[in-house]
Amino acid sequence: MIRWLAGLIGFGLAATSALAAEPAVIGVGYLGVAPTRSTLSLVDLPAENDGVAGARLAIEDNNTTGKFLGQRFALEERRMREGEDPVQAATTLAEKNGFIITDLPADALLKVSDALRDRGTLLFNAGAIDERLREADCRANVIHTAPTRAMLADALGQYLVWKRWSRWLLVVGSHDEDKLFADALRRTAARFGAKIVQEKTFEDKGGARRTDSGVTLIQRQMPVFTQGAPAYDVLVAADESEVFGAYLPYRTWDPRPVAGSAGLVPRSWDAAQDQWGAIQMQNRFMKLNSRRMTALDMQAWTAARMIGEATSRTNSGDVKKVTDFIKGPDFSVAAFKGTRLTLRDWNWQLRQPILLVDGRMVVSVSPQEGFLHQVSELDTLGYDRPESKCKLK
Amino acid sequence: MQAEVSEVMRWSRCRDSAPPPPLAGEVRTARGQISHILRAALLGALALAAAPAHAFIAYVSNEKSNTVSVIDTDSWTVTKTIKVGQRPRGIDFTRDGKFVMVAVGDDDTIQMIDAKTQGVVDSLPSGPDPELFVQDAAGKTLYVANENDNTVTVIDLEKRARLGDIQVGVEPEGMTISPDGKTLINTSETTNMAHFIDTAQRQIVANVLVDARPRFAEFKHDSSELWVSSEIGGTVSIIDPKKHEVIGKVVFEIPGLRKEAIQPVGIGMTKDDKTAFVALGPANRIAVVDVASRKVTKYLLVGQRVWHMAFTPDEKYLLTTNGVSNDVSVIDVAAQKVIKTIQVGELPWGIAIAP
Repeated sequence: MIRWLAGLIGFGLAATSALAAEPAVIGVGYLGVAPTRSTLSLVDLPAENDGVAGARLAIEDNNTTGKFLGQRFALEERRMREGEDPVQAATTLAEKNGFIITDLPADALLKVSDALRDRGTLLFNAGAIDERLREADCRANVIHTAPTRAMLADALGQYLVWKRWSRWLLVVGSHDEDKLFADALRRTAARFGAKIVQEKTFEDKGGARRTDSGVTLIQRQMPVFTQGAPAYDVLVAADESEVFGAYLPYRTWDPRPVAGSAGLVPRSWDAAQDQWGAIQMQNRFMKLNSRRMTALDMQAWTAARMIGEATSRTNSGDVKKVTDFIKGPDFSVAAFKGTRLTLRDWNWQLRQPILLVDGRMVVSVSPQEGFLHQVSELDTLGYDRPESKCKLK
Repeated sequence: MQAEVSEVMRWSRCRDSAPPPPLAGEVRTARGQISHILRAALLGALALAAAPAHAFIAYVSNEKSNTVSVIDTDSWTVTKTIKVGQRPRGIDFTRDGKFVMVAVGDDDTIQMIDAKTQGVVDSLPSGPDPELFVQDAAGKTLYVANENDNTVTVIDLEKRARLGDIQVGVEPEGMTISPDGKTLINTSETTNMAHFIDTAQRQIVANVLVDARPRFAEFKHDSSELWVSSEIGGTVSIIDPKKHEVIGKVVFEIPGLRKEAIQPVGIGMTKDDKTAFVALGPANRIAVVDVASRKVTKYLLVGQRVWHMAFTPDEKYLLTTNGVSNDVSVIDVAAQKVIKTIQVGELPWGIAIAP
C-alpha cells in the first residue's frame, strides 16, 4: 500500500486529482526480472529500469489524456529477484491491477498466464520474443507487444534480399536462444529466396566478456574463424547470448558486412528512430529517464498506451470492456512507426514495422517495398494466419 | 543545380545558431553570376510586362533544407530561397501581409521574414519546438502548438511577447480558430483529441475524441462544422462545434492502395464551403470531397507524401507540399486537375500565400 501510494505521488498524479471529481483509477501492473544480461559492448548494457521506464512514460501520457476524461492511471511495479516465484508476484499484482505488463521468460509467463486465467486479468508480453508463445503455447489472456524471432528475422531477410545480398554465411551460437534465432533465419532464407552457403557454430567455451587486452586476441581469432568460407555476400550472426556477434564486424576474413545479432540488427525500436513524430517521444523519454529509449522500453510503452487507447475509446476502466475493445476489430494504436498497429486476432500478436539499425542510425524499416500481402503488408513479417498453430484458449 | 544542392546541404549541417549570411538575391546555379543577372533581368521584365492580376507569391517551408522557397504563381518558378533556422514547418502571413512567420522547431522560435526584403528580420518567443500556429482575425494574438511540453503558447504579436500557456494533451499539433474568433482548436496527436479552448478565458471548454493522430483542423467558413484529420486513423472527423460531438466521418478508399498508406493531414476548404481538399500523405493524392454529402468525388495524383496546402487568394489554384518528392503540385481548382509541379527544397512541409 505504501509503495502504491508513493508511486502515485511519484507520477505527479496527486496534483491532477483535484481537477476532476473522483476520477476512476485504472491500475496497471509491471512484472519484470531485474536485468542480469551481460553484453559484449559496454554501450549495450541494459539500464536497471530497462522496460519499466517505457511503461512509466506511457502512464504519464495516459494521464495527460485521462485528465480530460476523468481517468487516472497508476503503475505498480514489481521487479523479481532470482528464484522468486512469478506466480505469487503476479497474483499479488493482480489484486489491484486488471492489466499487467510483463517482461518474463517464456516459461514464467506461461505459468503466470495460466494462474491468472480465471481472474480476467489481461497480460501484455513486452519482453519475450519466443515463437512458441504465439504458436503452440499461445494463450487467450496474453497480448504480445514484443515482436517474435521470425518477425525480426523476416524484417532483416527482406532487406538483405532487396539489397541482393542473397548468399549468407550463418554463424550460430551454442545456446538455446541462439539456435532458435538461427531457426528463424533459416526459415526466412527459405521464404525469401536467400541461400545459406555455410553454417558455422561458435561454441561458448566460457570466459570473460571484458578483459584488459581482449582486442588483440579477438583481432586474431575472428579472421581465422571466418576463413575459408564459400563465396558469400553477408555474414548473418545468431548470437542472442552476446558471446561473439559484436566481435565480427570489420574482423571477417573476407571484407563482408555483418547482420543479425551484430552489425545491421532488426529491432522494434531504437534510440536513433526519429521519423513519424518519434522525436517528440524520444525527447519526452529522455526528459523523464535521463537516458535513451530501448526496444524493451518501447514494447512496454506500447502495452501501456494500448490500455490508455482502449480506456479512452470505451470511456471506461472496466477490465472486461477494455479487453473486449482491444481484441475487437476496431482497435488500433499509433506508436511512431508510420502506420497504425493492429493485433493478429489468431494469436494476439501486435503487427508492427521492424527497424533495421546499426547502433547509430536507422538504416531501413521493414516490410520492404515489393513484399506484398492481401491483408496487411505487416503480415509478411513472421508466421501468417494459415501457418499458425495457435488455438487460443 | 548541383551547386544549389551542396549549398543547401552545407547549411543544413551548420549547427551555429547565428543566422547565415544572406544569399545574394536568389538560388545559385552553376553559372553563378551570369544567371543571377539574367534572372534579375527576367524578373524585372516579368514585373513590367505582365499585369500582376493573378500573380501571387507563395512561401514554402523546407523542413530538411532549413530554407523557405519563394514561388511566383505567374511564372510558377522559384524566385528565391531564403535561409531560415532549423527545421522550418508551420508557416503563415501576418494579417497585414508584411511578414511571413515560420516556426523553426529545432531553434525553439518563430522567425519573421520581411515580405519586402525576403529576409529574416526578427523572431518570436514561441516556447520549445513550435510546429503549427494560428492567429486571431485581427492579427494581434498568435497561438502556437509546442509539441515538446504539451502546451499552447499565447503570444502578443504587436509586442512580440509571450502572454501565457494553456495545458493541452500529448503532442499538440493542429491549430485553428473559429471564424468568430471565440474558440481556438488544438489537436493533440497522442491524446487523440480536439481541444476546444475559449480564447477569452484561455481555458479548455470541451475535448472531443477523434481517430488516431489528429494532425490538422479546419472550420467551415460558416462555422457549422469543424473538420479534423487523423493521420493514423485514416479518416477526417466532422465535429459539431456547438454540441462538441463527432457527427460524421469522411472515409477514403483508393483501389490498389492498402489502407495503411492513406494518411490524411492537410485540409483546404473553398470559400463557398462546397468543396474540401484533403491531403493523403503517402497515398500521394489529394482527395476532393463534396462537403454536403461528405463523400470523396475524386482523387488527384500529386507528388509523394503530400501534407499541407494553400489556395491562391482568388481560389483559382491550390498548391500542395509534397515532402518526399521535394516539390509543390499546382491544382487548377475549377478543373480539379494537377497542372504543374515545381521543385523546391528538401522535405517541403508548409505553405503560405501572400494575401
